[in-house]
Amino acid sequence: MMLTRRNLVGAFGAMAAGAAFGPARAAADIKLLNVSYDPTRELYTEINDGFAAVWKAKTGATVTFEQSHGGSGKQARSVIDGLKADVVTLALGWDITAIEKAGLIKSGWQTRLPDNAAPYTSTVAFLVRKGNPKGIKDWADLTRPGVQVITPSPKTSGGGRWAFLAVWGGIAKAKTFDLTTPDGNAAAKSAAEGATSFPIYDNAEAKSFITTLYNSHVPVLDTGARGATVSFAQKQIGDVLINWENELWLAKEEFGADKFEIVYPATSILGEPPVAVVDAVVDQKGTRAVAEAYLQYLYTPEAQDVIAQLHYRPRNLDAVKKYSADLPNVPLFTIDAAFGGWTKAHTTFFADGGVFDSLYKPAQ
Amino acid sequence: MAGAPLLVSASASAPPVTRGHPVWRRLLIAGTVVFLTIFIVLPVVNVFTQALSKGVAAYTEVFTGPAADQPPRNLAEKRKLSTRRAQSEKTASAIAMSVGVAAVVVPLNILFGLMAAWAVTKFRFRGRLLLIALIDLPFSVSPVVAGLIFVLLLGRTGLFGAWATNFVWPDPTSIAWRGFGGGWPIGFDRFNSGIIFTPLAIVLASVFVTFPFVARSVIPLMQAQGTDEEVAALSLGASGWRTFRFVTLPNIRWALLYGTILCTARAFGEFGAVSVVSGNTDANDTMPLRIEKLWNEYDNQAAFTVASLLALLAMVTLVLKTLIDWRAARSARRDTGATLQAGPPS
Amino acid sequence: MVAAAKRRVIPGFGLTLGYTLVTLSCFVLLPLGALAVRTAQLSWPEFWATITDPVVVAAYRLTFGASAVAALCNAVLGLMTAWVLVRYRFPGRRLLDALIDFPFALPTAVAGLTFSNLYLKDGWIGGFGDRLAGLVNSAGASLGYPALIPSDSLGWLDFAYTNTPTGIVLVLIFVGLPFVVRSVQPVLQEWDAEYELAAESLGAGPFTTFRRVIFPEIFPAWLSGSSLAFARAVGEYGSVIFIAGNIPGKSQIAPLLIVQKLDDFQYAQATAIGMVLLLASLAILLVMNGIETWVRRRQTA
Repeated sequence: MMLTRRNLVGAFGAMAAGAAFGPARAAADIKLLNVSYDPTRELYTEINDGFAAVWKAKTGATVTFEQSHGGSGKQARSVIDGLKADVVTLALGWDITAIEKAGLIKSGWQTRLPDNAAPYTSTVAFLVRKGNPKGIKDWADLTRPGVQVITPSPKTSGGGRWAFLAVWGGIAKAKTFDLTTPDGNAAAKSAAEGATSFPIYDNAEAKSFITTLYNSHVPVLDTGARGATVSFAQKQIGDVLINWENELWLAKEEFGADKFEIVYPATSILGEPPVAVVDAVVDQKGTRAVAEAYLQYLYTPEAQDVIAQLHYRPRNLDAVKKYSADLPNVPLFTIDAAFGGWTKAHTTFFADGGVFDSLYKPAQ
Repeated sequence: MAGAPLLVSASASAPPVTRGHPVWRRLLIAGTVVFLTIFIVLPVVNVFTQALSKGVAAYTEVFTGPAADQPPRNLAEKRKLSTRRAQSEKTASAIAMSVGVAAVVVPLNILFGLMAAWAVTKFRFRGRLLLIALIDLPFSVSPVVAGLIFVLLLGRTGLFGAWATNFVWPDPTSIAWRGFGGGWPIGFDRFNSGIIFTPLAIVLASVFVTFPFVARSVIPLMQAQGTDEEVAALSLGASGWRTFRFVTLPNIRWALLYGTILCTARAFGEFGAVSVVSGNTDANDTMPLRIEKLWNEYDNQAAFTVASLLALLAMVTLVLKTLIDWRAARSARRDTGATLQAGPPS
Repeated sequence: MVAAAKRRVIPGFGLTLGYTLVTLSCFVLLPLGALAVRTAQLSWPEFWATITDPVVVAAYRLTFGASAVAALCNAVLGLMTAWVLVRYRFPGRRLLDALIDFPFALPTAVAGLTFSNLYLKDGWIGGFGDRLAGLVNSAGASLGYPALIPSDSLGWLDFAYTNTPTGIVLVLIFVGLPFVVRSVQPVLQEWDAEYELAAESLGAGPFTTFRRVIFPEIFPAWLSGSSLAFARAVGEYGSVIFIAGNIPGKSQIAPLLIVQKLDDFQYAQATAIGMVLLLASLAILLVMNGIETWVRRRQTA
């Protein structure tokens, strides 16, 4: 075979033509990029279909979605570095605050939408192997001898951070609320507003428990929530997975209810994954109207029902009641009331040189 | 990847065969076979076993989508079917993306390799050795760092961030580029501005990590051949281009092909650098990124299926390489002197 | 003078050198410059504090340690492989020879995927003992001896190394496998067996002959192959992330730490760690080139 110019052109032409005839690309009116955290792939696939239908009926325009999923921090960084996300739906407020600080989202994003801009919540629970062979019932069981715990890294994963806070608050017995009732929600809100000091940070028992847990019982710290589930369910490492409730349900459904059981601790944390429109991007692309409608759609009964079906906890209390069999009422503490919000929690626990870093005295 | 081995096993000359002590001989052979079985054969066989673990139909479904032999009976089935279809579309698009990226990266590197080789082997100038060393530099850069540097350069907060984020791609429909079917192979219709987190960034990162391959394969050979033949051709009145085309190119064609194959394999296989600049969007997935995503979506079999395509590509690479070795050895025997041989970085 | 004369005869100096320099600058030097600029944003004490942070040091230790162990394994096993492939003739030799290059051709993500799968608790190697026990028992059952051995008696043959440092070493052995073999092979091929015969006729045993006669000859190539394998392993990411456990100080490699720092919005720290990796790789290559030059000079002298 001679390597002639004609051959080369032909070969690369053919390759390129192959590339050009990839999957059919619909001629779309609007494209939205939703940059989200790890476990929400399945959720937003459903939500996107629903919203596209609603928007088409309302305006006649076709919306297509591009999804991006990864560790919450990594996703926020990508947006800051120039990933042109119309909306961000991340695991925790801190990551959206980081985008706000970079000047891409206007301040006050958390009050632009109802419920702290978190259209759904979730909590942290345990996934154990069928029959619960190690008898894991509550937080204190995690450090029993011989128990191996899988959880995502709090350094990179939003789910990992919520899990860390859930353990800390669970051991330190943070004040909990019944969030399935309007009264409970109101109580949680006023507790958050009234709180001035947070003795929970100085709880020695929680600190020593966390130290033992992460040092001697966690064999793998995956970078994202999904990676941790894969380690536990697919790679079959460890006895208990601490992760987002929705992530546990998905694993159970994916691998069969005969393999895993979900165990709820006595108390846990209210995880609030917030959403926001990226102002700088939607103004540049001219997609503000549709992006805002998209986020508001998340609060509609229709979307709240889908949210509950995929085992996130809807804000809509009717949906909460409807799916209470799958989403049992667990007394929950909130980050605002118990820890004084994300900025404080992040600086104390997860920032460089914070509590989490000091846990690891690297082995010689 | 530090100093890729552009070594060619010199199976041309008759090697000294030892009989050795029979026990040692058997022991060593057994050791080698076990070593290579555990580290090469088993992993590869595992890729194909896992890929075919659900049968051939499931294997092809990964790219072609579920066959619609019967309409879905209820909503749940319909949903499942459309999910599977969407998954296979994403996989097919990742394959197209890999092909498209390679189709841009490989010719760029061939052109660069030939230019650089011509400059550093046909002329003597100050800084020549430094230049050769710099060409090798990307091999010693960790892929993650290779991705990172493009974020630092072209990210919104990077050195050229302001320019790069507002960069508008030239409209490909105005370029009647033969073979591209009127569309940009790497997704113009989905991205038309910005550089980082678009396919352009993937091309840049891939060019970086594959930069030295072609140059490194042809430089040693052109160095060994010297300039006599070119000088002769030129003195007989041939133009520079004709001299290159009819004198130099035939001499280096095997080395060039070899470098091209290695470059292609790496362009298809790069993971670390591409993962840093891809922005995690489905539309930006190349095959290795798609493998990671499928794995994260619990679709073990599909992940291994895409992996098996790359493993097949690796096998084709090996077969081509073996053929080239053989051809090179033959032509080396025919005209003594020029042998296809490239040592470790010099 | 000669150079000047040649430059006149052969055309294209300006074009090719210009093109080379421009391309090299755009694609390689400029991006690497960005790395230097970002690192320079840290003050010296900050830079030092970043790269000497215990977690970072532990990641370096794991990266360099695992790479060194893998390179050492490759040095020994690769030498054996090269020797067997050159010196012995046996069926399947050519196939094995062709297979050596496989790790170069196989994308690292695929390698990581399949290795992490092989060394899982229920993978082929990770669950080898259990599988063997099952096999023995089912064979026994078909012969009329059910439950020949307790099903968990071969648990010590389960090499479940996924998410452990051992797993990292295994996959690094894979990616560095061809370097030593392909460096040593040509030298062994060129080697004149007369020297060996001479040594043996002088009464040297096979070991002495190898140690005193053959090994010094292949030493430079062997060393260069091993250090290439080491340098390759230091930067490896794609394959390792599938199998590394990411526990700070235990199974978190440096490239993974870079990604983590990035995700935590700490660009300067990430670049500082990246810079150290880069300098380390460059140092390795420089030292290796130095050794090579020295040996070559000594040989020609």
